[in-house]
Amino acid sequence: MRAAQAKPAGAGRIVRLAGRLLGGVLVHGFLLAGAAFMLLPFVWMLVTSIKPPDEIFTATLSFWPKQFYGYENYSFALTSAPLLRFALNGVLICACILVVQLLVAIPCGYALAKLRFPGRQTLFVLTLLALAIPVQVPALPLYIALADLGLLNTYFAIMVPFFLSVFAIFLLRQFFKGFPDDIIQAARLDGMSEFEIVWRIVTPSAWPAIAAFAVFSIVAHWNDLYWPLIVISDVKLAPPPLGMMFFADAETGSNYGALTAAATILTAPLVVAFLFARRRFIDGITMTGVK
Amino acid sequence: MSTLSLARAPAGRRAFGGRQALIEKLTGIGFATPAIILLLLIDLVPLGVLGVLSFTDYELGGTDAKYVGLANFSKAMADPVFRRSMWNTLLYVAIVLPGSVGLGLLVAILVHGRKRTRSFYEMVYFLPVTATLIAMATVWQFLLHPKLGPVNAFLRLIGAGEYAFLSEPSLALPTLAVIGMWQLIGFNMVLFLAGLSSIPKDLYEAAEIDGCANGIDRFLTITWPLLGPMTMFVIVTTSITAFKIFDTVAVMTRGGPMGSSEVLLYAIYLEGFQYFHTAYAAALTVIFLAFILAFAVIQAFVLDRRVHY
Amino acid sequence: MATVALKGITKNFGPAPVLNGIDLDIAEGEFLTLVGASGCGKSTLIRIIAGLEPQSAGSVMVNGAPIDHLRPHERRVAMVFQSYALYPHMTVAGNIGLPLTMQHLSLWERLPLIKLLSPRRRRVMAEIGAEVRAVASQLQIEALLGRRPAALSGGQRQRVALGRAMVRHPDVFLMDEPLSNLDAKLRVHMRTELAELHARLKTTFIYVTHDQVEAMTMSDRVAMMDAGHILQLGKPAELYARPANVRVAQFIGSPAINLLPARIGEDGAPEVLGCRLPMATGLPAGSSATVGIRPEAIAPADAGKPEAGQVSLPAVLRRAENLGAEFILHFDVAGLGDQPVLCRVPADHEHGTHGRTDLVFDAAQAHVFDAEGNRVEPSGLAQRASGKPVRLYLTGGTER
Repeated sequence: MRAAQAKPAGAGRIVRLAGRLLGGVLVHGFLLAGAAFMLLPFVWMLVTSIKPPDEIFTATLSFWPKQFYGYENYSFALTSAPLLRFALNGVLICACILVVQLLVAIPCGYALAKLRFPGRQTLFVLTLLALAIPVQVPALPLYIALADLGLLNTYFAIMVPFFLSVFAIFLLRQFFKGFPDDIIQAARLDGMSEFEIVWRIVTPSAWPAIAAFAVFSIVAHWNDLYWPLIVISDVKLAPPPLGMMFFADAETGSNYGALTAAATILTAPLVVAFLFARRRFIDGITMTGVK
Repeated sequence: MSTLSLARAPAGRRAFGGRQALIEKLTGIGFATPAIILLLLIDLVPLGVLGVLSFTDYELGGTDAKYVGLANFSKAMADPVFRRSMWNTLLYVAIVLPGSVGLGLLVAILVHGRKRTRSFYEMVYFLPVTATLIAMATVWQFLLHPKLGPVNAFLRLIGAGEYAFLSEPSLALPTLAVIGMWQLIGFNMVLFLAGLSSIPKDLYEAAEIDGCANGIDRFLTITWPLLGPMTMFVIVTTSITAFKIFDTVAVMTRGGPMGSSEVLLYAIYLEGFQYFHTAYAAALTVIFLAFILAFAVIQAFVLDRRVHY
Repeated sequence: MATVALKGITKNFGPAPVLNGIDLDIAEGEFLTLVGASGCGKSTLIRIIAGLEPQSAGSVMVNGAPIDHLRPHERRVAMVFQSYALYPHMTVAGNIGLPLTMQHLSLWERLPLIKLLSPRRRRVMAEIGAEVRAVASQLQIEALLGRRPAALSGGQRQRVALGRAMVRHPDVFLMDEPLSNLDAKLRVHMRTELAELHARLKTTFIYVTHDQVEAMTMSDRVAMMDAGHILQLGKPAELYARPANVRVAQFIGSPAINLLPARIGEDGAPEVLGCRLPMATGLPAGSSATVGIRPEAIAPADAGKPEAGQVSLPAVLRRAENLGAEFILHFDVAGLGDQPVLCRVPADHEHGTHGRTDLVFDAAQAHVFDAEGNRVEPSGLAQRASGKPVRLYLTGGTER
């Protein structure tokens, strides 16, 4: 009787197990194929950057280099274009933009969230409107103004349109809204000025939002091409994408070993940062994406 | 409480309350001032100037400009380059949008079910989001090279022939669209994953007891409806991102071959910053802005609806 | 309607067992409550019955046949979740009707757009609609059928969840802490409603709760669980009157039972704080034990001198809680440290404010537990010999 009872249960379990196994194989098959497509450019970039020209310029499909040529490719790339300078420009530009964005947005976000002052509602509506405007829209007038002021080809010109991030204001305002009023009142009773309240009480609590915004801002400005392309013609000032473009132009797209080496050098900082702080990146993008 | 005490408080306390409100007003304005100045200088004034420019015949370096009415706009309507750019941009959006949203959703659902391998897939699919697109575009250019690229080498190997992906007019834009999808799938996947994680597990269990036995039923009964608001959001952001295509065109095709990959932003860039037809570029920018605002209105509408449930 | 039998249900999460060979027979139409503190395994057990979680060993049988191989929806069970798990995007009617839609329409008839091709879909949906209205009228939520869950109060959501369970006419209702998200007043009301619903439907109910009041008030039988075991299974009155284990005694009843440390004397009689209870326990002399006395079984002695042969030591009233109809008196008794002895007395009881008094209880009403916490049935109670209860004065005194 026991065996009779066990049988349907056992058979069902085997069918279910087989189904799950098949499903798992299909799912992983699909996901791995997709992953290969995602990784293909990265892998090929790395492999090509250590291949000698004769292996690159063959029409046959070969993956791993027979001869290691990485040193030649990378040193050629580094000597024929100031790649490290481009990366350094990127760091400098991203850092300055982020700092100014936060210095402007934190007090403004706090004021919008917690202080009553005339014009608050108008400012908030304007912020929401500006949220929809990409940099390409004010680009023409800004370019004319910078040209008139003789400020083209400066770090300032690359950074100035991004000093105000209405997105940061919006994100921080939403975050500050949730900060308990009681704590702010208590701080006021303890004799703290509003300035101290913002920077010493409220800002530390907004760390997750600030970190998320930092990820968003750095990824955006490290990779931005449109605006630097317009205001920068001096190679020495180029951020990574523009530098890459100058380099590719100069090489007329023929020396793929050096090109991929340069691409590796300029992509590496963000990708490595992402690999080390994966959760922070993904959470940051999710938070800033969803709001 | 404060209004109550204001109403009944003796004069001394009223003065104090007034002072507190004044301090708050002044700090509020003080805190907002840098943002207001920048908002004016970077967004509002340029926006006004842009609008004015679009009705003139100003060219950079020129000393005078005169009002020309809607001439720039009617010129745009008749300009084959602009019309082609507009059409190409919309076509690009039409390919990238369903591709990256659909695949992003599919990958998110599959990845969400993984336990041990989830973070691996998450990382791999997200990698293109962080990569510098210009650098990766150069790599893609090499990958797709008709003679030297591994993609064509592979196609020759399996006997599928050889394709000049970037120099064949009918292939250039779809190829750029595939690269656009390559960069957007991971981003959309991460957003969908966030949406999936916010669906309570209880609902799936209740559905299982209620008879939703297979994946299709679970998807139709729970996942899809509850992911609806997120899906709308992803659709709008993807549309805006795709509409702003510029980088890959600038690096890989420069609008070619034969204008088959000319897109709106690239046209604006050429007119405004290469040919210095400033007023005309301003008019094109106004049209560009109109599209972006249309998307934004849809987005605001969607975000408003998200409050439900 | 069905019987449910659990045979040796075991569940391991990693190395630690959550359920340790649970055996349980539930009769047709019975209201059985699984009660216990959080983490005792009661929710896991009900989820195993529902098929939401596989057991590591053992078998679930309905009407004598194992259902372990069946998927949740094939088990003819309905479940009400603690969070209600209502589908937020569907109306009340949609929520209640969903199980029927799943049952009566095939997969292609439920697909978007394609479903419009089905000739019989409209008829089936109309029938389902009628069924849903019938259930809704039983629960008095007809007026809410067009609303979404977000627009409902807690009690209304609760009813919708019940309706979704009822509409399938299941063999067994499973309820996982269904009242714990309601406010106290509504909880009391819904207790009555659930009990009445059970009386009307006459279906087997398996109910999980951590609230002993719910267990006591609604159930036919209660299974008290602890650490993956059933400590005691019986009628609510049995669990209260004859707790099989000191943990059952502690869990059931409010205010909680007074537990006093005891030592078994030479003749097998327990001694509590120096007082000997006139009974034989059969426990070895010198072993430790616990004596439990319900708050209503112990009271301050009436004024006057104690009878001859009775021990009289002062206890000190620490505080009195006024519950309206009754008082809960907290006494300090020497030897118990900070732990008070609680007495439940009528509101008209004269207890003074912080006077000294003697506490008295019937030895027959004391529960004796051995060192492991298991109940010991005493024999040779003095009351049975004499026919008159021996009153034992438990007294002590600490000036605080």
